[in-house]
Amino acid sequence: MSVKSFREALNESLRQEMRRDPTIIMIGEDIAGGIGGAGEEDAWGGVMGVTKGLLGEFGANRVFDTPISEMSYIGAAVGAAATGLRPVADLMFCDFIGCCLDQVMNQAAKFRYMFGGEAEMPLVIRTQCGAGFNASAQHSQTLHALFTHIPGLKVVMPATPYDAKGLLTHAIRDNDPVIFLENKLMYDDKGEVPDEPYTIDFGEANFTRDGADVTICALGRMANLAAEAADLLAGQGIQCTVIDLRTASPLDEESICESVEETGRLVVVDEGNPRCGLAADVAALVATKALFALEAPVKLVTPPHTPVPFAPNLEALYVPDVARITAAVRDVVKD
Amino acid sequence: MQLNRQDLIEAYRRMRTIREFEDRIHLLNEKGEVPGFIHLSAGQEASAAGICMHLRDADYIASTHRGHGHSLAKGCDVTGMMDEIFAKSTGLCKGKGGSMHIADLTKGMLGANGIVGAGIPLTAGAALTAKVLGTDNVAVAFFGDGAFNEGATLETMNLAKVMNLPMIFALEDNGYGEATPASWAIGGDVLERAKGFGLPAQRVDGHDFFAVYEAMRGVVEQVRAGTGPQLLHIKLYRYYGHFEGDAATYRPNGEAKKVREEKDCLMLFREKVTTAGLLEKAQLDALDSDVVTLIDQAIEHAVAAPKPEPGDLLTNVYSSF
Repeated sequence: MSVKSFREALNESLRQEMRRDPTIIMIGEDIAGGIGGAGEEDAWGGVMGVTKGLLGEFGANRVFDTPISEMSYIGAAVGAAATGLRPVADLMFCDFIGCCLDQVMNQAAKFRYMFGGEAEMPLVIRTQCGAGFNASAQHSQTLHALFTHIPGLKVVMPATPYDAKGLLTHAIRDNDPVIFLENKLMYDDKGEVPDEPYTIDFGEANFTRDGADVTICALGRMANLAAEAADLLAGQGIQCTVIDLRTASPLDEESICESVEETGRLVVVDEGNPRCGLAADVAALVATKALFALEAPVKLVTPPHTPVPFAPNLEALYVPDVARITAAVRDVVKD
Repeated sequence: MQLNRQDLIEAYRRMRTIREFEDRIHLLNEKGEVPGFIHLSAGQEASAAGICMHLRDADYIASTHRGHGHSLAKGCDVTGMMDEIFAKSTGLCKGKGGSMHIADLTKGMLGANGIVGAGIPLTAGAALTAKVLGTDNVAVAFFGDGAFNEGATLETMNLAKVMNLPMIFALEDNGYGEATPASWAIGGDVLERAKGFGLPAQRVDGHDFFAVYEAMRGVVEQVRAGTGPQLLHIKLYRYYGHFEGDAATYRPNGEAKKVREEKDCLMLFREKVTTAGLLEKAQLDALDSDVVTLIDQAIEHAVAAPKPEPGDLLTNVYSSF
């Protein structure tokens, strides 16, 4: 066990898994960065440096830089997964899914079902999400709900370096297509991470705070903000249970409902778009399965239903923050 | 591989099986006995057989919405396919895929595909698997003239070239992308476009089994040896409409009839092998009737086979959840 960054935790998972299984390959744009040129071959190691050094260890027959050509290389990863490899594809920003959605939505997600169970799809697509970088509307989205909407996909969004490693290792060993979303603000987050390989099961939420007054559900970076809000509120006499859902698909419905049965109040925090989003989904779950446990209306803390703005002051208004979460919690406990 | 007597019989058997399969489904569909969207490949048999005769089970193909012929030519089970088209639980995909999604990965058949051009990146993936694992397997993407204008196709021609993948682009140009003539829809020349991506490319008469077979022989040999992707532009014709129920009025009157009468691939094959004394007419006739029996039995099986159970609705979405 040692302190590692979110970036290092991901790199360690990839490295250890690729050492373990020679059928694991990586494919994406600039995951080495500079291949075929006269300069440094592993110049970038991915646009955020997550895959740095893997080309050197595993070589160009395991780590594939591609042209900027998402439909073809994501599709190739899907085809390779169906024919015996375990590809970890890198989609630089989840916003770029628009360039390759067919291969994810109509091919990877549906092979097993369409072929009557006679197909494996051990594919991971690692991709960045999240606003807060002033990267504006096409490099800042958080599209887990879009993927969760598609049966056949699993959707993961880790909140800590520990979870990043354990969930990615599980994703690589999983036989279904996994969309693995990494919030771009979190790569330098630090935490205790075991040196040896380990996995964290999907669909098992993490209770990061325990409190009797209200349940806060969130995912990824929002789960950390929820915990921060809970700590602030604890000092003011409001005790929150914080559930880091870890995966949007599968969703740990049982943990959510059980917690609401105990607290009677629910706040859902999510960075995705509000319409048909995860927050609305969790609210609907509780309305259909635990309605009579509720002592107050469910409160949702999400961005407005707009694209992500560029101007830093507008972006700050857009992304849910600790102040909005604490306000929402105070609101649901006031009655 | 030079064609011996056995090979000729096999080639004819495959083409004849596809024709009979398609013609019978056409009739069954008219009677309302098969559900769903059906796209038939009658007329295009020489391409499927001429290419797949060079492939082994470990080689992959991906096909299109018009995929029955490729599936049969690659060795998919006739009964399993018929059962699938009849939406039965005994089908190759347990009745959950249908005509547009017939697949059998154990036969190297990566699936028919409902999305035009989508099989092409998938094929690159199968080729990538061969490259990473160091086998000499190849992967063939069958696609139509319509798919030749899809971004997926253009991207993959480039990707396959820069990654030096053992992949063959088999462009089956039947003259019409759905209802729109390829002569209008394809800007520039097909071979020049492929060559622009650095792919060796050649045009082949897709009505002539021997022409396809010979062209593919050279191509597959080179691609197996690791020289990179190539394209075959196979000119052929589909006898039926784009989908079953399409009256195909976008084609001039008499066009289909003329092709059937003058360039039918089965007719040309028979003429060639009997004239050259390679096979006897009686032998071919016997094969014809064997195939009719085979398809009769497959239909009989499909009609009697059980439907999927209601519980099957919920299975096979994930391996674990």
